[in-house]
Amino acid sequence: MRLTDQEKAMLQGDDGPARQKAIDLLIRYGEALGAERFVDVTNIAGVPGSSTMFLQNYYKQHGGGSFEDVFSRFDLDSDETVPFPKVGGNCCHLQGGMDPELWAEQGMSPEAFEHQQQDEAEVRRHGIQVLKTCTPYLAGNMPAFGEHCAWMESSAVVFCNSVAGGRTNTEGRESTSAAMLTGKIPDWGFHGDEGRRGTHLIQVDVPVESVMDWGMLGYFIGDAVQENIPVVVGKLGQPDLIRHKHFGAAAASSGGVEMYHVVGVTPEAPSLEAALGSKKPVATIHYGPAERRRVYESLNSNGRDLNVDYVMLGCPHASIEQIGEAARLLTGKKIKDGRSLWLFTSRAVKSVADLHGYTKTIRDSGGLVMTDTCSAIGRMLPKGTKVVALDSAKQVHYLPAIMGIEAWFGSTEDCIQAALTGRWSGELR
Amino acid sequence: MNTIAAAKIILRGRKVVGGCAEGEALVTRDTISGWGGIDPMTGTVVETHHPLRGVSFKDKVLVFPGAKGSSGWSAAFHLARIAGAAPKAMVFNVMTTKIALGAVVTRAPSVTDFDQDPLSVIETGDWVKVDGDRGVVEVIKKTS
Repeated sequence: MRLTDQEKAMLQGDDGPARQKAIDLLIRYGEALGAERFVDVTNIAGVPGSSTMFLQNYYKQHGGGSFEDVFSRFDLDSDETVPFPKVGGNCCHLQGGMDPELWAEQGMSPEAFEHQQQDEAEVRRHGIQVLKTCTPYLAGNMPAFGEHCAWMESSAVVFCNSVAGGRTNTEGRESTSAAMLTGKIPDWGFHGDEGRRGTHLIQVDVPVESVMDWGMLGYFIGDAVQENIPVVVGKLGQPDLIRHKHFGAAAASSGGVEMYHVVGVTPEAPSLEAALGSKKPVATIHYGPAERRRVYESLNSNGRDLNVDYVMLGCPHASIEQIGEAARLLTGKKIKDGRSLWLFTSRAVKSVADLHGYTKTIRDSGGLVMTDTCSAIGRMLPKGTKVVALDSAKQVHYLPAIMGIEAWFGSTEDCIQAALTGRWSGELR
Repeated sequence: MNTIAAAKIILRGRKVVGGCAEGEALVTRDTISGWGGIDPMTGTVVETHHPLRGVSFKDKVLVFPGAKGSSGWSAAFHLARIAGAAPKAMVFNVMTTKIALGAVVTRAPSVTDFDQDPLSVIETGDWVKVDGDRGVVEVIKKTS
């Protein structure tokens, strides 16, 4: 890689050992990619220094388990611990491992909670915003059009590129932590105009209107195009933020979609020609009633038992409108005995839900509004859960695989109905 | 000693991560998810519909098209390295940020951009030597 004088100085250690380790890691990463230079980044979203009990205990047995040890040796891939200075730029912490108040309900130990509190204090002390969400764009960090970012969290990355027009690759924990210290990331992929052009044309021949339908379309497209860039045209309603959130998250789970274009909707696709650049699409893929039916069946292939014991909402973290909808559907009703409903969101959005009384309405019905995490990230389920109902294609993709449970996929209404009756009655309408 | 010299196949590509390692190949034609797709403690693939579901890549030379899914890819493989369950080396086709960073922090010798498709040449059980620095992969076909 070609380095600027500033980057060379950093590598020599002029800015201290942590930035030296960080730029060294980023150079190894850039060379692995085949990148030739760095780009300056001003907006960085990651999970710096967080550790599971396993990781903490491992480092304890190998020299030290402090936040600084974990940050140095895991985040910066360093063989020694170096002092961790304050970060620069607009840096935020994405989702974490447990709710700061309902951790006991989530099955977490007091020790694990204590450890989480210590990590969070360190994150604050180092100048990193504690947003604790997979949807930073709903909690105070919305990338500007054209802004070079270094984000992780695949659903946030696809939103940043496609909807906001920010520029980021799917970064990982180590590269975002190193970028927080250096303000640098390899100039590769989505940072340049050429890397943002569509490759595959998706012709939608069946109406796509509901949030559930946008999720299914995203899941279909991710599987069809893998890590490529789809350009979507056809029978589409105007997607709102929630639909973009569910569509992008699904496409990033079944495949590796990091950016999509919807012609006439997303900012870099005013026309089909603009979305594709000068190139012809490498393939045209149709999505019609048969494809829609197949993706619905695929998302429900983990379901056998119609007795549902857990409903999880808020993947990616719920917007205030989604919490409002859940509260409306639960008003004056009771979740069936022995069943649980957990709805996940960010702390910022929950504070608005508290203000509107949505949190209380949901609690009065027997459900809980939780922040910071989700069942997949925190590996947490209500005790005895065997069958879950989900309104997120992304969560269906991960949760049954991670936790070894059965899952049903449907609309938010289908899921809330299952919480009230204890039975799955969703169907493709 | 085996008296019959086994046929050697040489693939040439580009260095991703330097160093040399050798081991038995584990080959899949499907991309692999890191976080949520593997159990880092054992190196086992857990993704629901994956052909390698239930199979561990621990101490194998992992031969695959590339990475997909969560941005936790690098952290999951990094954790597998710490847990002693990482692959010995990686041989893959499609470059992404997930696999580039993942290969770096797994510290597994890795090569990509080959002159021939490793997925067509290498089969599970073949003995594979990966020279990351030179970008050379040597394949000794299994005899049975």
